[in-house]
Amino acid sequence: MAYMTELLALVERVAGWAGHGEAVEAYVARSHHAEVRAFEGEIESLSSADTEGIGIRVIAGGRQGFAYAASLDEAIVAETLAEARDNATFGTVDEFAGLALPDGVEPADIDLWQHELAEFPTDAKVALALEVERATRASDTRIRGVETAGYDDVSSEAAVASSEGVRASTRRTVCSVYVDAMATDGTQTQTGYGYSVARRPGDLDVAKAAADATHRSTRLLGARKPPSGRLTVFFDPMVTASLLGLLARALSGEAVLKGRSMFADRQGESVGASALTLVDDPTNPLAYGAGRYDAEGLATRRNLLLDGGVVAGFLHNSYTGRRSGTASTGSAVRGGFKGTPGVGSRALTLTPGDQSQEQLLARFGEGLLVQSVTGMHSGSSPVSGDFSVGIEGLMVRDGSAAEPVREATVASTLQRMLHDVAAVGGDLEWLPGSAAGVTLVVGDMSLSGS
Amino acid sequence: MIDDTVAQRVLGTALRTGGDFAEIFVEDRRSSSAHFDDGRVEQLSSGRDRGAGIRVVRGDTTGFAHTSDLTETGLAAAAEAAGAAARGGGGGVREIALTRRDEPRPAGVEILPQDVPKAAKVELLQTADDAARSEGGAVRQVSVSYADGRRQILVANSDGLVATDDQVRTRFMVQAVAAGDTGMQTGYEGPGATVGFEMYDDVDVAEVARTAARRALAMLKARPAPTGTLPVVLRRGAGGVLFHEACGHGLEADLVGKDASVFRGKVGEMVASPLVTLVDDGTYGREWGTYAIDDEGHEAQRNTLISEGALTDYMWDFLRARKEGRDSSGNGRRQSYQHLPMVRMTNTYVLAGDDDPDEIIRQTPHGIYCVQLGGGQVNTATGDFVFGMTEAYMIEDGEITDPVKAANLIGNGPEVLQAIDAVGNDFDTWAGTCGKDGQGVPVSAGQPTLRVSAMTVGGTAR
Repeated sequence: MAYMTELLALVERVAGWAGHGEAVEAYVARSHHAEVRAFEGEIESLSSADTEGIGIRVIAGGRQGFAYAASLDEAIVAETLAEARDNATFGTVDEFAGLALPDGVEPADIDLWQHELAEFPTDAKVALALEVERATRASDTRIRGVETAGYDDVSSEAAVASSEGVRASTRRTVCSVYVDAMATDGTQTQTGYGYSVARRPGDLDVAKAAADATHRSTRLLGARKPPSGRLTVFFDPMVTASLLGLLARALSGEAVLKGRSMFADRQGESVGASALTLVDDPTNPLAYGAGRYDAEGLATRRNLLLDGGVVAGFLHNSYTGRRSGTASTGSAVRGGFKGTPGVGSRALTLTPGDQSQEQLLARFGEGLLVQSVTGMHSGSSPVSGDFSVGIEGLMVRDGSAAEPVREATVASTLQRMLHDVAAVGGDLEWLPGSAAGVTLVVGDMSLSGS
Repeated sequence: MIDDTVAQRVLGTALRTGGDFAEIFVEDRRSSSAHFDDGRVEQLSSGRDRGAGIRVVRGDTTGFAHTSDLTETGLAAAAEAAGAAARGGGGGVREIALTRRDEPRPAGVEILPQDVPKAAKVELLQTADDAARSEGGAVRQVSVSYADGRRQILVANSDGLVATDDQVRTRFMVQAVAAGDTGMQTGYEGPGATVGFEMYDDVDVAEVARTAARRALAMLKARPAPTGTLPVVLRRGAGGVLFHEACGHGLEADLVGKDASVFRGKVGEMVASPLVTLVDDGTYGREWGTYAIDDEGHEAQRNTLISEGALTDYMWDFLRARKEGRDSSGNGRRQSYQHLPMVRMTNTYVLAGDDDPDEIIRQTPHGIYCVQLGGGQVNTATGDFVFGMTEAYMIEDGEITDPVKAANLIGNGPEVLQAIDAVGNDFDTWAGTCGKDGQGVPVSAGQPTLRVSAMTVGGTAR
């Protein structure tokens, strides 16, 4: 905690440098990152690094300027403020420009920091990396190697303060083991990913990571290009999580304000199946994107986005909230100290149904189980709604997973997919990143193959 | 950036606990950007990031640490951490004599962006916004970004090398949104080069903006992309992404060394149509992926990867080359001093062939004509790859007809390379950011207009 106090003291000092008629916000972030990579029973690399920096926003006369520096040296911080001030003189005057104002919302009582990680010895990290690689290679004679295997952890702290009275600090730990397995049947190679993520190393499940990678790679062996057609698609939880990420971009208040959202002017209207209730809730400590405060220092909160298929709300930071005539939803996000606060989701989750993936396959009988997708960002757009991705997976026949398929795509539009959602699984799982995964069943998608 | 004598002592510290090789990579990066959106200059941003990454290699293990503290004390602490991470055993004192190599060829930058008044940068944004909106009322939104960066690097290692580079890059990006009865569509254009502000002598920002706007407008009339396998003609320039994904990554020696590439063990074999000669060239003009030295201090090179269909060589960084007892090919790159280097592409392109581009289209009875691609992804172990079309048209009876909606194309690298059956006599390049293992670096891709006889198109139309 001593260091947190030091970070807060620094941002408060910078906020105090605000001159007459100007608002200043300082954001500092500091993180410690360790990474161990294992390959063929040896340590391939071991990295250990501390990163820190400050980002300063200045708003004067309705104009915004920003500057950052990867240093907390007092002289450099002062230069950074001067640079942000100078930058502010070039903006266009915007009556809505401004920093976040304290809104009285109390932050959730959650603690995402596990001190155990700080004291976890390097040798133990090395052992976990070696073990996930070894366990994967030993799991099945068809595993011919691993592409990447390792252990990773990050402890991060951030503090933000402004001349408008905001004062907040957050900290969190997260660690993971991961492995990319390569399986062969003598003629073909297939790959599969496995991981385990936790807030403290004691909760990591190395055996599960290895078993998942083996299962996912070996079950694709013998995969062929399927014939084209229209069918029901079952998205594996990890794929659903990235789909939700794409969808959430259209639920950002910034996209709505700037005419880049298919949901603009649709608040209160039904845009999807009644099975769809989508929430972004960074106050849920199970979410890896959880946090007590957003990137502008306002308390995070639970935001309902889709309610039974109806657009219930949008995410806002203080600027988009003010300009939309509402208020911030505590959804300011930034990519570290080098960026200004945008709007984004951090802990998306669909309200789960009550059936397992197996039960869903049995219920719908026929279709395609998509294990992984490629090109989520090259062939799909949250603006137009066009959706097209490369897939690997298994055909579903007679109610269970059948032959593996590869080198094919599935496509539709996001608008249609929302209406075509046939079921949400009960297999909710919090994944690294900003969403929870769950099996999602979407009817009538185009499979393009031979 | 740091004195040779300091570098020398820090390298000694790095090797104190044993280790075969030590390296200091120092980086000082200044960036500035300006963003215009929704009819207004939203903000200017500037940043400063500097620090050093130190690695120690011992056997097959690399230890790495980085610091933003460039004093000798800070560097020595990082050196000790990296040495400990490499789990040194033997130890002992090693003297390192550093030899300054001839300074690399001058960066050739005429106008340093940091010397350009901010107002001049902002003016470009307004010009672009006006131009995009002048394409018609259906253009509803325009987002324009100006960005420049200067990256000064120094590499010193225990083999005695000291080398420096001063890299300046400039980029301009426009995204337009058009709306009509069919919904919304986006259009994008984003030229970038390893040059200073003089880029704007050649690049007309109004034209960049009009291109983005016209692209969004054209896509409003797009029909759903087809499904199934079709011939695909890739217009000069953007189609280079196909090679970046279909074989570029698979020719990176780190992936080959881990037996995670379908191109392992294929040197000397025909891996592509004889029409294909593929080059990775870090020295190429002022392209987006050009530099004087890579991030391990090795000079950039022009490397032929595929010659008339035959695989000639992979791309190499220091570690992988050392293992094979050969020289690096100048492809060791890293996102920043906070990252370990690995094998990366630079400017990867297919040399022009003999065919008339118009004739290639005329001789395609039914297919897809891709004008712009929006990036891709590959699984090098299986060779399967995708790339997205962001502006594409149908070819019917040898004529370009309706635009088709955005979709991914999917194929298998080795199969697609063999299926290239026409290569045009034109050429162009495309600037992008390549992501690998969490690190992004600037690259370009290029090719003449060419045709793949069959690829799977990920649309929805039957």
